[in-house]
Amino acid sequence: MSDIISVNGTPQRLPDDPRTSLLDFLRQHIGLTGTKKGCDHGQCGACTVIVNGIRINSCLTLAAMHDGDEVTTIEGLGTPDRPSDLQKAFLEHDGFQCGYCTPGQICSATAMLQEIANDWPSDASEDLEGPPQLTGEEIRERMSGNLCRCGAYANIVAAIREVAEKSA
Amino acid sequence: MTAHMKQDKPDRSNRLDAMKQGVLGKAIPRIEGLAKVTGTAPYAAEYAVDGCAEGVLATSTITCGKVLSINKDAVLGMPGVIAVIDDPKLITRAAQGTADEAPQQGPKTVCYWGQPIALVVAETFEQARDAAKHLAVEYREEEGVPLDPQAVEPEEQEDETVRQGDLAHAMAKAAHTVDVTYTTKGHASAAMEPHAAIARWDGDKLTVHASLQMLNYNISELADALNMEEVDIRLISRFVGGGFGSKLGISEEVVAAAIAAKELGRPVRVALSRQQVFQCIMRRSETTQRLRLAAGEDGRLIGFGHYALASNLPGETFVEPVLQSSHFLYGGENRELMLEVARVHRMTAGSVRAPGEAVGMPALESAMDVLAEKVGIDAVELRLRNIPDQNPEEDLPFSSHKLAECLKQGAEAFGWDSGLRKPRHSRDGEWWVGTGMASAARVHNIAEARARVTLKADGTALVETDMTDIGTGTYTILAQLAGEMLGLAPDSILVDLGDTRHPRGPGSGGSWGAASTGSAVYVACKAIREEIADKLGVQETDLDLAHGTAASGEALVDLLDGKDIVREGHYEPGDIEDDYTASGFGAFFAQVRVNRFTGETRVDRMLGAFGFGRVLNHKTARSQCLGGITWSIGVALTEALEFDPRDGHLVNCDLAEYHVPVNRDVPDLEVLLVEERDPAASPIQAKGIGELGMCGGAAAIVNAIYNACGARIFDYPMTPERVLAAMPD
Repeated sequence: MSDIISVNGTPQRLPDDPRTSLLDFLRQHIGLTGTKKGCDHGQCGACTVIVNGIRINSCLTLAAMHDGDEVTTIEGLGTPDRPSDLQKAFLEHDGFQCGYCTPGQICSATAMLQEIANDWPSDASEDLEGPPQLTGEEIRERMSGNLCRCGAYANIVAAIREVAEKSA
Repeated sequence: MTAHMKQDKPDRSNRLDAMKQGVLGKAIPRIEGLAKVTGTAPYAAEYAVDGCAEGVLATSTITCGKVLSINKDAVLGMPGVIAVIDDPKLITRAAQGTADEAPQQGPKTVCYWGQPIALVVAETFEQARDAAKHLAVEYREEEGVPLDPQAVEPEEQEDETVRQGDLAHAMAKAAHTVDVTYTTKGHASAAMEPHAAIARWDGDKLTVHASLQMLNYNISELADALNMEEVDIRLISRFVGGGFGSKLGISEEVVAAAIAAKELGRPVRVALSRQQVFQCIMRRSETTQRLRLAAGEDGRLIGFGHYALASNLPGETFVEPVLQSSHFLYGGENRELMLEVARVHRMTAGSVRAPGEAVGMPALESAMDVLAEKVGIDAVELRLRNIPDQNPEEDLPFSSHKLAECLKQGAEAFGWDSGLRKPRHSRDGEWWVGTGMASAARVHNIAEARARVTLKADGTALVETDMTDIGTGTYTILAQLAGEMLGLAPDSILVDLGDTRHPRGPGSGGSWGAASTGSAVYVACKAIREEIADKLGVQETDLDLAHGTAASGEALVDLLDGKDIVREGHYEPGDIEDDYTASGFGAFFAQVRVNRFTGETRVDRMLGAFGFGRVLNHKTARSQCLGGITWSIGVALTEALEFDPRDGHLVNCDLAEYHVPVNRDVPDLEVLLVEERDPAASPIQAKGIGELGMCGGAAAIVNAIYNACGARIFDYPMTPERVLAAMPD
């Protein structure tokens, strides 16, 4: 046990209270409020972060379970001065309105594109063996864990598609 | 200096189209967008405040009765717990939109299951949450209170009642009649950001960071709740993570945080849990609606009847205004409209996006589909034949009216098949495929508003108002408006919103924010232009400003000569409100597939065409419409609040059990903006757009379900079991 978690490359000491979720640790303890609390029950995806390369709902896991892990939050993907390609594409395609689900959407999309690159199939995949095609249906299925009540889905799909096609 | 405009007449001067900057209406990205996509935009709960204690609300586990005692000592002994607050000033419901006064107070009296009864404050969130869960409460429960809206004698809302001609006679003699009853389930706003507040005191001065839509009303509601003067309160809502009506009025966490912070002498944060947002803010009432349509051989309406029953808690003034657009959408000289409310002890019913039309239009537009089939004419043609020349009830002209254009342009863009339509004409494997359409209508609202615009000596500008941006695009469109008027690029304009220290307006709600506060910005900018024109010795109408320069060659910075020009714009809608019926109109077209074995419906594609006056930003306006269409899918297929018949509590109080559309539920959507200028809607000739996109869209889907598989369903939402049960063999 090192009691250390790496967040966006910076080591942080894990909290003393074992009840503290990873989400509350990020928001309340180290001031990274870009990760949002929408439901606290793993139902909305607003709190999505990337842990050791995999996207998870940070509300559904305790901070204490992440000893030695590497966490990337929205703040680690890009900054107002140097936004990531997905952050730029969300801005250009208006892939958000109120902005509250947005960091979770962008973290989720970032890791999701890697899942496709790694040939992970989804419910929308035609073939479970071959590499998944980057169809609208694939993107929609894989992004369905991130709710957007403003209803920006059509623009979210367009933003992700643009980035995926550019990097393909 | 304040410039004032009271609009008694349509403003046909059309000044905005004479401006030269060329930025208004353009599809520019949101000016606050970079902060949102990088997670640096602070929402209410996210301000770093030293020494902030954490509060968690405890809520009632009875429906109706009295709190006899709360065992505070037991939880005060728990680690970190600082206080248990059950001050009589705590509010027990959220205020209705534009209430302007405190809602029900006094947490000892319980009126619905899940009502807040106390606030537990601790050093950390985890400690407060645990203590709130362990709070032992003794109640005296009142038995047998009404819970079922169908089981009580309803109260008529007499202001809504219209009796004109003789509908019964028209129904008896008409060539074609429809008499159908629809039900709709309750809906939740389910904004992604749960309600939250951080309150802090500096002596007798209170500052609250909160997630609210209408600060001008909220400050008076809060002042009333706390017996304070408004001047001693500052409310800040710079970023609001969605509202959809749920943040119109002051809510429980704001007052609780303020009371606790005062009592403890330190800042206090209170965030509602998702379940609490569902259970103690607002629900859209369920409705029962009877539609009676009487038409001649040609489908022209001679009779129109719409009856609706909604519910609310005893004492609440809000009743879902189901009939709002039914009063003027279609003709028919014999009319009977009536709205009733059943008083039941379910949680408060209030505004959820597009109150009224969100459920009234799906029922009406589905009934129109039934009529089109009976008459044997195209559903689009039936609507075209029934557009009235003026308001059929009030002898008022329409301010503008784009329904016909939306129907025609929408039909063409969608590829609408206007031929003889029979269900089950198309099959794709185990899926029936069909199309449907519906009209859209949503009343246009506008209100008094003030905004301050400063043209700075350095050639930049500042716009200040308490107006909020709840995702609607306010920051951006106000920058575009000011930029257009002052000849500046939007990126040289700072828009400072969501602070009660600024000049006030009506806030975000009822789709009235852009037209109201936009008009105040317009009035302020016009006054600034007059000052500049004076300096140049020309008339304001002859002043052309673009890119920081007057057409005559002088740079703005030189003209300003080191001095700012500051003007407050004060806009009041005058007689235009009474002299015209103003509404946004539109049309929806949908293609769906219905599984013949499971009854599951998937929306293949959907198009909406909307006319709502001037488009202030094509990107954000389109997004508002996309959002509305997405909500239409939820209303049609999945969204339904379920109440326990034993105690009236909201059962599906989270996002796993209350089904808002997810990404895969929403196909590619097409939006046509049928642009127009509505001079009687506002001096900027714009109408509201935040809600129109969901006013009728659900009916397009439901009508498409019928066209696909032959299942006529009268109960929203159209869940697989309902579709399956109604599907002919």
